[in-house]
Amino acid sequence: MKTRPQIVGTPLERIEDHRLLTGKARFVDDIHIEGMLHAAIVRSPVAHGLLKGVDTQVARRMPGVHGVFSAEDIARDFGGVVPRIAIRAIRIPELEPIEQWAIATKKVRYVGEPIAVVVADSPAEAEDAADQVTFEIESLEPVTGWRQSAAGTSPLFDLPVTNRAITYTAIKGNARDCQGAYTRKERFRVQRHSGFPMETRGLLAVWESNAQRMTVYGAAKVPFFARRTLAAAMRLPLDAVDMIEVDVGGSFGMRGEFYPEDFLVPFASKRLNRPVKWIEDRRESLLGSNHSREMESELEIVCEANGRVLALRGSVAVDAGAYVRAAGVIPGRFVALMLSGPYDIPNIHVESVLYLTNKAPVGTYRGPGLFEADFFRERLFDCAARDLGIDPVQFRRVNLVEESQMPYRLATLDFPEETDELDSGNYRATLDQCMREFGWQEKIGLQGRLIDGKYNGLAVGCFIDGGAGGLKEHARIELENDGQVTVYVGSASVGQGLVTILTQIAADALQLPVERIRILHGSTTYLKEGVGSGYSRSTVMGGSVVLLAVEELKRRMRDAAAKKLGCSPDEIKFERDLVMTAGEKKLGWEQLGSLGLAAEVEFVNHHHTFAYGAAAAHVAVDPRTGKVDLIDYFTLEDLGRVINPLTARGQAVGAAVQGLGGVFLENLYYDADGQLLSGTLADYMMPTATDFPSVRAEAIGLCPSPHNPLGAKGGGEGGVIPVGGVIVNAIAAALVTMKIDPKELPLTPEALWSLIQSADGRSSV
Amino acid sequence: MLVTLCVNGEDSTTDVLPRTTLVDFLRHSLGMTGTHVGCEHGVCGACTVIVDGDAVRSCLMLAVQANGAEIMTIEGLADASANLSPLQEAFHRHHALQCGFCTPGVLMTAHALLRQEPNASKERIREVISGNLCRCTGYMPIVDAIFEARSSYQPASPATRARGR
Ligand code: FES
Ligand code: FES
Repeated sequence: MKTRPQIVGTPLERIEDHRLLTGKARFVDDIHIEGMLHAAIVRSPVAHGLLKGVDTQVARRMPGVHGVFSAEDIARDFGGVVPRIAIRAIRIPELEPIEQWAIATKKVRYVGEPIAVVVADSPAEAEDAADQVTFEIESLEPVTGWRQSAAGTSPLFDLPVTNRAITYTAIKGNARDCQGAYTRKERFRVQRHSGFPMETRGLLAVWESNAQRMTVYGAAKVPFFARRTLAAAMRLPLDAVDMIEVDVGGSFGMRGEFYPEDFLVPFASKRLNRPVKWIEDRRESLLGSNHSREMESELEIVCEANGRVLALRGSVAVDAGAYVRAAGVIPGRFVALMLSGPYDIPNIHVESVLYLTNKAPVGTYRGPGLFEADFFRERLFDCAARDLGIDPVQFRRVNLVEESQMPYRLATLDFPEETDELDSGNYRATLDQCMREFGWQEKIGLQGRLIDGKYNGLAVGCFIDGGAGGLKEHARIELENDGQVTVYVGSASVGQGLVTILTQIAADALQLPVERIRILHGSTTYLKEGVGSGYSRSTVMGGSVVLLAVEELKRRMRDAAAKKLGCSPDEIKFERDLVMTAGEKKLGWEQLGSLGLAAEVEFVNHHHTFAYGAAAAHVAVDPRTGKVDLIDYFTLEDLGRVINPLTARGQAVGAAVQGLGGVFLENLYYDADGQLLSGTLADYMMPTATDFPSVRAEAIGLCPSPHNPLGAKGGGEGGVIPVGGVIVNAIAAALVTMKIDPKELPLTPEALWSLIQSADGRSSV
Repeated sequence: MLVTLCVNGEDSTTDVLPRTTLVDFLRHSLGMTGTHVGCEHGVCGACTVIVDGDAVRSCLMLAVQANGAEIMTIEGLADASANLSPLQEAFHRHHALQCGFCTPGVLMTAHALLRQEPNASKERIREVISGNLCRCTGYMPIVDAIFEARSSYQPASPATRARGR
């Protein structure tokens, strides 16, 4: 049989690129609809207070203004209540009282919370009028950290009466009573930061009163969930609401979740019977898009003298912000559930407590909970290894889960009960390969050495990366009259190259050239149901459902061909380019005519995948300034199966650099009044091209996942997960003679310099 | 106020409000939405266009300030039949874009740089491109792509002759 060379596994240059490179892409703010109005949101300048009244009279009379809506106006349309933003991930009744209202009602709980919506002819007029909306807020004591939240002097809600939103407990074995030759307890802290894609959020809502239909442009990540949420909140039938996915300038977990504006803007469009657009500005983005990562842990490790870890126990305090939003519980759940990472730890007892504070609500950011867990665990491991006089690499080797232990069960979490299994992997082989390609042997001689005034340090760490979240994905496949095959899939593109990946998968399965395949994705108009992207799922789930769809199409083609050729479908074989043969007989797709062959399928999966890997770093620390140079960084991840090495590497490098931003630069810093002090990109510093020029990454397909036909494991998040642990361990190794053990992020030059100063002080006493 | 300028070789005269920024003017008055807005406070570089030969942040410039200027935007980089320029090709080959939101600004910065300094070193490229934020790529492939595209900006190269404006 004549087959085409396999495209999966080759570095196919991206199909998406041409439009993006020539300015022809269509992001949501690029859409212009005649008669379109523009919204601006009035936001609370106060972190915590009683909202006594909103006066929109002056604003309503401003030039160009079409409408101004406060909570009162909205409630009037909904039987006296303001709709709330439903939790998407793991909603339990206990959390419903702390879901966010679409607009502040009686109280404001963070700076940036929406108070009113102004709609005008132009964005400038809307903003001018927004300045004229006045309101009265009676200030309450702002809660700006988890300790203050725990003290409970200033409750955010009447119910629950405490600021403790929920406590999750991860348990395995009996960690509480576990005893060993060595124990050490440490506190670690990760600062508040988040994904902040370069494209801010935005949407364009179009209400058609004749058809009684709502169409929203700008959906991302989980459009089908957004449709359900909006339909429910607006009390519209599900099929009266459509979400259209256009080009998306990154998500990193943040973009595409349902936010207050995702209700407010469609609401305004329906009320005014005009299309309404809203584009978040950067200040709004930093103030109100999901924050993430802020956690403090107190963890104890119990080991045998040979470094075998017997138990991890302790607690993690999560600063969850003012409400629990769509995916707000995920970081707090994952940090507990996956604290053990790739290691065989028989006893675990970790409590993760979500504390409410008067800061922006948290959500997911690439590797949610896992970046934090890795930082805590890998730091603790290096502290323990040093105390025990064991080489830190050896310490990891003896504790990694063995291939023979797969599938390996993690701890069990509650509310609701959940556990997970590491699906497959050769963790040691990957660690060894990482060290080889990093050049560990050649570099280790530099460990702790002072060269040109800088201390050199090296570290390596291991990680896991959960993927394939969300039970299902859906697809429809059509054989077009011109021999093109179109696949509509529920996965969403957030800029990760989804079309290229799915085209490669479909091309191999169909034995067609890539030009004959068209992938359409995301929008709710394509399919009855779908899920989307996030939880490293689009390749695994989207790719698997594409395979199923191709199989189903081929089955139908076989049936049709068998009728024409007068043979049984089993006799039909596929050659390349959708040519079918049965013995001597041959039939092309075009001879099936315009049968309109199509199929709709769903892929169901109850197992998560676990990509995994290792990362190594070489740093040089200037003790006079606290500045850290990253000399080399290498991260290696086993993705089970690599569909496209070019995009896989791109994801890993990009994610690693984001992680480095989290280690050294990025900080959503609030003052004691609950005011965000890093509200511009000059204050919230993201990595630039000069910061970390030497990051390398490689993706391999060593151990396929047993849980999907591709064998793939999710890709996009692994690059970020190990960065905090590895980098700070390398810095600690560099400064070992000073006994410096940094335990908090971000490790700015100032923070490190202060540690060095106090260590100097200690040693000179 | 009337503003007359030449964008990608085409002259136009438009009536704008004095407070309109150049980027809003390009995007919403001229409908050239290839230039993006990422911060509106001069940090991210997504709005970079070339004004009289220099890379400029169009969110920090008013449209009226550009009166009489010659402007190049991303829409002017590929040729009329949409063939990618060597710089764009290099971005494609090196996977120097993911979501592509920062890309027009990055390309404009790189194009202005290589027009002025066709022999820019990697360090120089990195330094200049550090004024453009990209949240996706980690910058390594961007720097590699620009470095590779240098050859097409050498004075003798046909690409520069063709794109000589
Ligand atoms: S939009 Fe102009 S620099 Fe960010
Ligand atoms: S490619 Fe997404 S911001 Fe640069």
